[in-house]
Amino acid sequence: MSKYTISIRPFGQHAILIEWPNIVDEAILEDILQFKTYLVNNFLFPEKWEIIPAYNSLVLVERNFPINFNVIKHNIKQWYSEKSTVDNKREKNLWRLPVCYDSDFGIDLEEVASKVNKSVEQVIALHTKQSYTIYGIGFLPGFMYLGGLPTDLEVNRRQTPRQKVIKGSVGLAGKQTGIYPQESPGGWNIIGNCPVSMFKATRENPIFVSVGDKVEFFPIERAEYNLRVIENEAGVYTIQKIKIDA
Amino acid sequence: MLKVLKQGFFSTLQDQGRFGFKDKGVPVSGSMDTYTTKAINTLLENASNAAVLEITMTGPTLEFNAPTYICIGGADFVVTLNNEPISLYKIYKVNTGDILFYGKLNIGFRSYLAIKGGFKSTVILNSSSYYYPITKSRCVKKGQELDYEECVDFSPKISEIKISSIFNKNELEIAKGPEYNLLNPSQIKQIFTTIFSISNQNDRMAYQLQENIEGVNYSMLTSATLPGTIQLTPSGKLIILMKDGQTTGGYPRVLQLTDRAISILAQKKYGDTISFKLV
Repeated sequence: MSKYTISIRPFGQHAILIEWPNIVDEAILEDILQFKTYLVNNFLFPEKWEIIPAYNSLVLVERNFPINFNVIKHNIKQWYSEKSTVDNKREKNLWRLPVCYDSDFGIDLEEVASKVNKSVEQVIALHTKQSYTIYGIGFLPGFMYLGGLPTDLEVNRRQTPRQKVIKGSVGLAGKQTGIYPQESPGGWNIIGNCPVSMFKATRENPIFVSVGDKVEFFPIERAEYNLRVIENEAGVYTIQKIKIDA
Repeated sequence: MLKVLKQGFFSTLQDQGRFGFKDKGVPVSGSMDTYTTKAINTLLENASNAAVLEITMTGPTLEFNAPTYICIGGADFVVTLNNEPISLYKIYKVNTGDILFYGKLNIGFRSYLAIKGGFKSTVILNSSSYYYPITKSRCVKKGQELDYEECVDFSPKISEIKISSIFNKNELEIAKGPEYNLLNPSQIKQIFTTIFSISNQNDRMAYQLQENIEGVNYSMLTSATLPGTIQLTPSGKLIILMKDGQTTGGYPRVLQLTDRAISILAQKKYGDTISFKLV
C-alpha cells in the first residue's frame, strides 16, 4: 500500500520529477528517502542514475541518454506501490556540531536577541536544545536546509544581504537555520561559527551529511573553537555521530 | 607541461563533470559546450571524459614543453601556432617550445583546446573539472603548468572535420519544465514571441536574460534543478542555470533546455540574442 498520492512529471530529456504533497513533513521526507533507497538498491543504479531528494520531491536524472517518460512513469508507479512491502533500511545519523557563539562570529546575535525579546544566552540555549532535520542539501556544496527551528527564533532575513559571509557562519532566516559551507554572499542573520568544514576535499567523505540525517549544535568557547579549527585543518577532528534507526 | 604565459579572461579545465553528487549540493560542472568537446576529443581518439581547456572570451598564450597533438573547437578565435594561423576541428602536431596564441574573438564565446590523452589534473569527486572550492583552482593562472602526457607518434584515423557551426543559431529548443503549467497564456506568448538578449549576468553558473516577462508568485518548496533549467522569478526575470549552477532552487522551473540548446547558449555572450522554440 502506498502511503501518499504522488505526481510524476517530465523534467527535460534526462530527468523526471516525483512530487509528494506540498508540505514540510518528516513522515513525507521519510517516505521519499525509503523510496529512494528502494530505487537505488533495485532498479536505478548509481552509475547511470542520480537521485536528488528535497522536502517533498525526488528528481531522477539519467546520466547519458534521453529517457522515455511514459515507460519510466509507469515503472515508478509500480515500484512505489510495491515499495512498502520490502525492507528499505539505510544509514541515518545524528551529527553533533560545535558552534562558537562568540561575538566575533555571532555578529547579528545581539540584534537577533533583541528582535525576539530574549537574552543572548536564551537564544543560544534555544538554538542548541533542538535536533534539526536535513530536508535538502543545495545552494552550495554541503549547504543544509534544516527544519525544526523553534518558532521563538524566527527572524526575517537581513534587509540588505552581505557581500561576504565567512565560511562556517551559522545563520537564521525565517523558519530556517544553517551553516555557510564556504565564503559567499548571504542575507541570513549570523549568530555563530562552526569550525568543522561541511565540505573538505581531502576527507574520506568530503560531505558527510545526507538528506534525512539530523543535526544538533552544541556551544563551545573561543579557545576550544581555535583548537577545533586546527584539528579540522589537520584532518584529525572526529565529528560526533550517533546512529539513528531508519 | 603546458605553460601559461598569458592568462586571458577565464580558462578552466573541464571534463564531463561530477556525476552523482547533486544530492550533496555539488554542481555537475564539466564542459559548457559538450557538442564541441565531444567532437574534438573524438578526433584525437581520446576517452570521452578527457579533460580539455575551456577558454572564455579572451584567450591565453601557451607554451608546450613536450611534443603532443592538439585540436581546437568551439568559438571562432584567431589562433596561431608559432605565428601561423590554425583551423578549428583539425589535428596539429606540436613540439617542445611551440607557442599557441589566442587573438581576436570572431564568433561565439568559448573555445576548447583538446590535447592527445587529455590534461592531467587532480581528480576530486570523480572529476578534474575546475569548480572552486571543490577544486583549489578557480581558473588557470599565469605561470601555471598544465600537465599532459607526451605523445610523439599518433596517426589519427581522421585528421580534420568540417562541422557546420551551431553557433550562428539563435533559436533554443526547450521542453516544458515541471512548473510550466503555472504560466498564463500571456506569459506563454511573451516567452515564444520575444527576442531575448543575454544580460551581463552570464557565467558558468547561470545566464540571465535582459528582458523580463510577467512574473509568477508561487511559493514552492526547494527542489532539484538541472543545467538548462529556466527559472522564472516573481519580478519576471528568466534565469537559465548552467553547468556550475546550484543543484536546488525555490523558483518555478518553467522551461528546460535540450542538451544541444545548452551548447548553443554556452557560445552566447552579453548582448547576443536568442529565442525559444518548444519541442
